[in-house]
Amino acid sequence: MYPAELKYTEEHEWVRVEGNVARVGITDFAQKELGDVVFVELPGVGDSIKAAESLGVVESVKAVSDIYSPVSGQIVKVNEKLEDSPELINQDPYGEGWIAEIEVEDPKELEGLLTAEEYQAIVEG
Amino acid sequence: MGFTPVTDQDRQAMLDVLGLESVEDLFQDVPPGARFQGKLDLPEPMTEGEIWPHLLELSSRNANLDEYVCFRGAGAYDHLVPRAIGHILSRSEFLTAYTPYQAEISQGVLQAIYEYQSMICLLTGMDVANASMYDGPTALAEAAIMTCGATRRAKVLAPTTIHPVYRQVAATYLRSRDLELVEIPAPDGVMALDVLKDHLNEEVAGVLVQHPNFFGCLEPVEGLAELVHGVGALLVACVDPISLGVLKAPADYGADIVVGEGQALGNQISFGGPYLGFFAAREKLVRRMPGRIAGATVDSRGRRGFVLTLQAREQHIRRERATSNICSNQALNALAATVYLALVGPAGLKEIASQCAWKARYAWERITALEGFAPMFQGPFFKEFAVSCRGDVDEIDDHLLQKKIIGGLPLKKLYPQLGSGMLFCVTEARTKEQIDALVSALGEV
Amino acid sequence: MAQVPLLFEMGSPGRAGYRVPECDVPKKPLEELFGADALRKEPLPLPELSELEVVRHFVQLSRLNHGVDVGFYPLGSCTMKYNPKINEDAANLPGFARLHPYQREDTVQGALQLMYELGEYLAEIAGLPRVTLHPAAGAHGELTGLLLIRAYHESRGEGDTRREIIVPDSAHGTNPATAAMCGFIPVEVKSNERGGVDLEALKKVLGPQTAGLMLTNPNTLGLYDENILEITRLVHEAGGLVYYDGANMNANMGISRPGDMGFDVVHFNVHKTFSTPHGGGGPGAGPIAVAECLAPFLPAPTVEKDADGKFYLDYDLPQSIGMVKGFYGNFAVLVRGYTYIRMMGPEGLRRASEDAVLNANYLLARLKDYFDVPYPRICKHEFVLSAKSYKEKHEVRTLDMAKRLLDYGYHAPTVYFPLIVDEALMIEPTETETKETLDEFVQAMIDICEEAKRDPETVKTAPHTTPVGRLDETRAARQLDLRWRGSS
Repeated sequence: MYPAELKYTEEHEWVRVEGNVARVGITDFAQKELGDVVFVELPGVGDSIKAAESLGVVESVKAVSDIYSPVSGQIVKVNEKLEDSPELINQDPYGEGWIAEIEVEDPKELEGLLTAEEYQAIVEG
Repeated sequence: MGFTPVTDQDRQAMLDVLGLESVEDLFQDVPPGARFQGKLDLPEPMTEGEIWPHLLELSSRNANLDEYVCFRGAGAYDHLVPRAIGHILSRSEFLTAYTPYQAEISQGVLQAIYEYQSMICLLTGMDVANASMYDGPTALAEAAIMTCGATRRAKVLAPTTIHPVYRQVAATYLRSRDLELVEIPAPDGVMALDVLKDHLNEEVAGVLVQHPNFFGCLEPVEGLAELVHGVGALLVACVDPISLGVLKAPADYGADIVVGEGQALGNQISFGGPYLGFFAAREKLVRRMPGRIAGATVDSRGRRGFVLTLQAREQHIRRERATSNICSNQALNALAATVYLALVGPAGLKEIASQCAWKARYAWERITALEGFAPMFQGPFFKEFAVSCRGDVDEIDDHLLQKKIIGGLPLKKLYPQLGSGMLFCVTEARTKEQIDALVSALGEV
Repeated sequence: MAQVPLLFEMGSPGRAGYRVPECDVPKKPLEELFGADALRKEPLPLPELSELEVVRHFVQLSRLNHGVDVGFYPLGSCTMKYNPKINEDAANLPGFARLHPYQREDTVQGALQLMYELGEYLAEIAGLPRVTLHPAAGAHGELTGLLLIRAYHESRGEGDTRREIIVPDSAHGTNPATAAMCGFIPVEVKSNERGGVDLEALKKVLGPQTAGLMLTNPNTLGLYDENILEITRLVHEAGGLVYYDGANMNANMGISRPGDMGFDVVHFNVHKTFSTPHGGGGPGAGPIAVAECLAPFLPAPTVEKDADGKFYLDYDLPQSIGMVKGFYGNFAVLVRGYTYIRMMGPEGLRRASEDAVLNANYLLARLKDYFDVPYPRICKHEFVLSAKSYKEKHEVRTLDMAKRLLDYGYHAPTVYFPLIVDEALMIEPTETETKETLDEFVQAMIDICEEAKRDPETVKTAPHTTPVGRLDETRAARQLDLRWRGSS
């Protein structure tokens, strides 16, 4: 449920780091809590963002949730498929349902993120 | 007593279940300092038989438009209202329902809203419409705010040919969000595009235009959208829905958001309310729209059904980040508008709009032919026109009232510089005979 | 029940449901009047229908709808009480319905008197001196009220510093939305274990940045905040003002006035407390009553009475926040509210509130053994239950039970609100329901609880007897279909 190779935040985002780029999405737990996702508000490519700032918004029929950026940096790519197929977040939260890629400004920020085990403890605690 | 069916016996039976002595025990948690002692200082109760003569008496001290002939408009219009509308609105299932949150037992209201949204889209040429706003002015105000959200800019331009009350309400709403309404002078009765150009720059979120405007004049809307879009701003058109029976749909001159007062569509004039604001926009703006929106979907058996949708925009979900705080709107007034359009149909609406234009033109020709009465502005007008009058407008107003005519609106309160002006409105409900009587009364002053 | 076609799927070219009189003035070509460029080129694609087709269409639609006149409507926070029929007749009198808002004041003395007197009644019920009738709905009253609070602080040179509006975590969603709409920063304060405002938490968020607090009392849990006097005192001490959300006023008429509790501004929902019909989502009316310190900022015009007893509209309010809507308020709704208050009288209003509270407590007592009661104490006009044990044990959610109630002929309670109660059901019976109706409703709720245990599938797939089954809201939001787009 919580892939070991990913990092997590307490706000239910996951991060996959490759080189200096962090791919971000929301966790399986988060998508289940939200229910059927009907719309995703994506950030703009080129936008700069600080850690813990809102990166975008995920809407389900009855709820709306901010996506908080786990790291600071510049948005280099967004998952445009979500514009027409927001359900990808429900179907494949760690794969096809990714949200944005950020060029990491300060790799040290990554050290503050949670491991899969730590995140699982929070969710189940 | 009154409309409460709970008898003293019922009270005792319920108190017994609760294990309480008296109704007073239900309020033991109210601190003494907050407990109201004694009796409210209100008139003693009346029965139906007693209050009816009182209501008749109160209402008879008003000059109503069945007894007086109305040539006054300025945002509230005496159009013909088909009788069937009142009967449909009085259906309990529409009248006494709440907002359709339980869709399975609210299909009547939901389908009616869907039909209403569809009709507003057809009239305006827009892609989407909401379920209604409080009235025309608040609809314009919300549209102004929406242009700021969509462009991330903070300034909205409004020519002074927009109804002063609409501008005031928009200014109040914008100020509340720390946004700004800038008024563009338009002394000739229509906006001047070159003056507008001077104010247009990349700080401008939106331009508001009323068409026909407060004075009834048609604004130079051709080419307006290009100017506005040229600086990345949005064009908001505030329109008279009746005029759309003959005038071009705002989508066809490039408007991005279309709003207006829907009272003219089958709603009573009722001393200013309740009316309905209609609100329509281009598809790309749908998630920024305020208010409720109905949508079609399917039920568990695959049949067509309707629900409130895009609710994540609204206050009960998004709370402080909602597009607006509006919840109750004007559903029953929107229903009246829907029934109205269904009854009159395309040919009827065109005929009504044409008759407004013809009768207003006829009245204008006859009034401005009188000595001392002159048109205040040049150019085409729809169902209203401003005339400068011979003599004191209050005296004219007085004289017309004695003839049981509610004449044109004296302009001096809303436009002090137009002190001699009266704004006349002539709808399809006026007859040649009534217009002729108005003209001869004016001639007598 | 058969589905009703859309208006656009009916009719035939050439048909019409209304005949416009023949034009009796010269007809000029429209191109000549307006120029060809200004005109619509294509005919409007509106349906063409006879009067009977239209009437039948809407009567058929109405039969798919629930209303207070159809059956019990225990929708919490919405006060779905009976709407007396005479109210409708009153509003439709030609002397009210056929008035132009810009008629001269001497031709509308009856209308102005009604508004003036209604303002006085509302002031008395609120326990505050001044009233504006402008706002069109409760949320609009909130907007107006908070703008007054903002104007008040600005007039004292504190507009830039007092930017925060405190809102309890149990508040209606409109409260934070309104605060944001008025340029304030909403600050949440949590509830204590009795369901009221946590005084310690409140003290922590109060300060020189506080513009005010928004509160409803009884709150959305249906509970009267016993600390209300302390709460309003603390806010005033910090220099803030206190806003009363009048959605729950039906518990308080003649019993506990917001002004006496220490509130500075109050909105009424005339369409809740004063029995005017909701119309499927409006029109309502949301007049506000205010303390003297806020009176200079009221929207123009106010209705006043001169020394000769003549009524007039006063536009001379130099410090006014401006206008919040066209004209003077939802007049026809106000006529209905006026009629109701005059028919009830002071004792009748108090009795209505007492019976609303009694009915709610009776329902609570009868249902408390079947649900979790998060705050087991005397409630006011409404109360909140939690169905979480059914979710945990039988995977039956509140939503399922709500939908099942529809099969029993009832409207469902408000569900999943307030947000601080898991699987919440918020029930408000109102005073106009008989004990027999309440008993029948209790039995239906008990039956559904039994079903949830014995036959959860029936509850989870409800409703079964309504005109349509459960609707696919996800599809509605993903594949937007917000209007008819022509026959395909």
